[in-house]
Amino acid sequence: MNTISRRLVLGGIGAAGAAGILAGCGEGSAGKPGAAPATGDGGAKGYDGPNVELDFWNGFTGGDGPFMRKLVDQFNGEHANIKVKMTVMQWADYYTKLPTAVSSGRGPAVAIMHVDSLATNAARNVIEPLDDVATALELKQEDFSEVVWKAGEFNGKRYGIPLDVHPLGFFYNKTVMTQAGLDPAKPPTNADEYAAALDALKGKGIQGHWATPFPFTGVLTVQALLWQFGGDLFNDDASKATWHEEGGVKALTWFSDLVKNGHSPKNVAQDADNIAVMNGKNAFVWNGIWNINTFREKKGLEWGVAPLPNIGGTEAAWAGSHQFVLPKLKTADANKSTAARVFVNYISQKSLEWAKGGQVPARKQVRESAEFKALPEQAALATQIDHLHFPPAVPGIGDALNELNKAVNEAVLLKAEPAKALSDAAARADKILDANRKKYGA
Amino acid sequence: MAVQADAGAIRRRRTRASTEVRGYGRATPYLFLAPYLTLFLLFVVGPAIFGFWMSLHDWDFQLPGKPFVGLQNYKDLFDPLSATAEPFWHGMRATGIFTVASVPFLVALPLALAVLLNRKFPGRTFFRAVYFAPFVLGVAVIGLMFRYILDTSFGLLNAFLGLFGAPDIGWTNDQPYAFIALVAVTVWWTAGFNAIIFLAGLQDIPAEQYEAAELDGANSWQQFRNVTLPGLRPVTVFIVTITVLASANMFGQSVLITQGGPGDTTATALMVITDTGFSQFRMGQATAMSYLLALCLAIISVLNFVLLRERKS
Repeated sequence: MNTISRRLVLGGIGAAGAAGILAGCGEGSAGKPGAAPATGDGGAKGYDGPNVELDFWNGFTGGDGPFMRKLVDQFNGEHANIKVKMTVMQWADYYTKLPTAVSSGRGPAVAIMHVDSLATNAARNVIEPLDDVATALELKQEDFSEVVWKAGEFNGKRYGIPLDVHPLGFFYNKTVMTQAGLDPAKPPTNADEYAAALDALKGKGIQGHWATPFPFTGVLTVQALLWQFGGDLFNDDASKATWHEEGGVKALTWFSDLVKNGHSPKNVAQDADNIAVMNGKNAFVWNGIWNINTFREKKGLEWGVAPLPNIGGTEAAWAGSHQFVLPKLKTADANKSTAARVFVNYISQKSLEWAKGGQVPARKQVRESAEFKALPEQAALATQIDHLHFPPAVPGIGDALNELNKAVNEAVLLKAEPAKALSDAAARADKILDANRKKYGA
Repeated sequence: MAVQADAGAIRRRRTRASTEVRGYGRATPYLFLAPYLTLFLLFVVGPAIFGFWMSLHDWDFQLPGKPFVGLQNYKDLFDPLSATAEPFWHGMRATGIFTVASVPFLVALPLALAVLLNRKFPGRTFFRAVYFAPFVLGVAVIGLMFRYILDTSFGLLNAFLGLFGAPDIGWTNDQPYAFIALVAVTVWWTAGFNAIIFLAGLQDIPAEQYEAAELDGANSWQQFRNVTLPGLRPVTVFIVTITVLASANMFGQSVLITQGGPGDTTATALMVITDTGFSQFRMGQATAMSYLLALCLAIISVLNFVLLRERKS
């Protein structure tokens, strides 16, 4: 009898533990953000209050981290009474940690967020509007491209100050192209040239464009293609997924045909497409602009980067954007709020330095400066600025996009036909969009 | 024994001598339990009750409104049209497949290892350490390591198999290889732990029983079958129970090695729960999933006990 209860309890503990994982972090009161700070000038006039320490969180774990750290050090050197402490963590953890930290009053004063996370975090009271900063910095839509500027808004208020844009680009291995008799100075720019190049590579036994089933780079590529083929991810009010319509099906078919037609091995693992280009086994990869520094560090690699070839007929490219956000402070602190705005203002003007880390500056004047044009790779990708696409500014949109990831995964692994995978995913996404509308009260 | 008898005698004497400290004996066990009990209540029972409360709401800790929905989150899990049912049951399926596929190996292999390591041979301690060694590695380490080893195009394993003319196998993104890989990695990683427990159990079996069996003419298989296995029964029950629970809670290997793929075939229940709770911030739905998973595990643990208990005939 004794053993029965002990084992029952043992099982029960494990079980309760599983439930406890979730329950444990719900603690902390919510919905009580600090009062809106009295900031007045939005940080344009500087900060002359007492010494203040600012926590600055971001996810720049890659080659971009040192560039931001340099800017922060520079800022600290020039501002005796503000000390910015930068904390870096993996983006995946970051979006879970930040809301928890904000809700328990231990959030940072300044943070970076991807543009597609702004709406969710604005709706969840994690970040506060910063229209005053935009006004103070005299930021106007004309200074940015329309899509980048609009992407920082949610419900008529501005939540993000664009720092950069990171579009998808077309990276190619020049040595491999030469092997196949292609001119490395003239990378393919449209569907026919691309197909001809792939066939030439295949003739030499080279699989020329490896297709990965993962978000990086498979799903990003499929999204770019979807817009090129005239499709869109969601309908106008983002209440329904539309990636299973003509544009999406054509995009995913084109991409998964790379595997079917022998231009890509089957079952390519995460990052193997990019590694293969670096090893000279693959010729082409559509990867983010951050890849510039990765390729540059590889000794002996002859490579180039160009705007995405126009496969579908309409010029379009996937892009992300890092934006400055001000997390809500549980207890209002006017000094911190002002200092944070001074910091955002400062870095925003130094975005050329940041561009060297492998980004396109969000500001037009920086983009058009001679200094930026002296960065040939970044400048080449910056030409895509007017046809970049972001997901709609709807809270929880990432939850729905996750379903697209699954569809691309299944189709590229040849487990499902593109049209079927996409429409199944769209049906699941519609349910999530529906649940999100209820949750966020839209 | 002698000490216990003494203590009993002292207590009896005391009780007789002074009636005013009568409560002393009764509170003692609870006082000894108190430090653990406090932690248990604070970090297991408390959160579990709070979690159940959460599961009755549409709960997002960052939103001011947390509407009470009653059992709706649970009902949704049984409604194929809801947003949570399909991912959850796919997750349960992945967890189920992994548990069924991994537990037999995680029990049988360590048992065989333990029997081998229990023999006397030179270097025995070294080999005990070798087989236990992988267990001290964190899941992040083994996850990353095996992602490299199992890579379809550049992995060590496919390079090795390629020497024998095998085609490239998608160990991380093709079925059934993805499950085979996950089970194999987990067995390599945790078998040593179970083996150590079996080893301790083996050392508890009196040598006289083997001698007696030998005198009765039992060969080594008969000895294993009729002395070792029955002698290990309590240890086996323990190992099966914790291994089932551990396998049902598999998370890190899938996240790091297969990323839940191909499709969502290796996205385990815990991955689905984590995603629902911490990236979609539907904590009410996620706790409901947790409770359903917990219920299933509790039932399995009871079955486990019933099936493996000692039958006194």
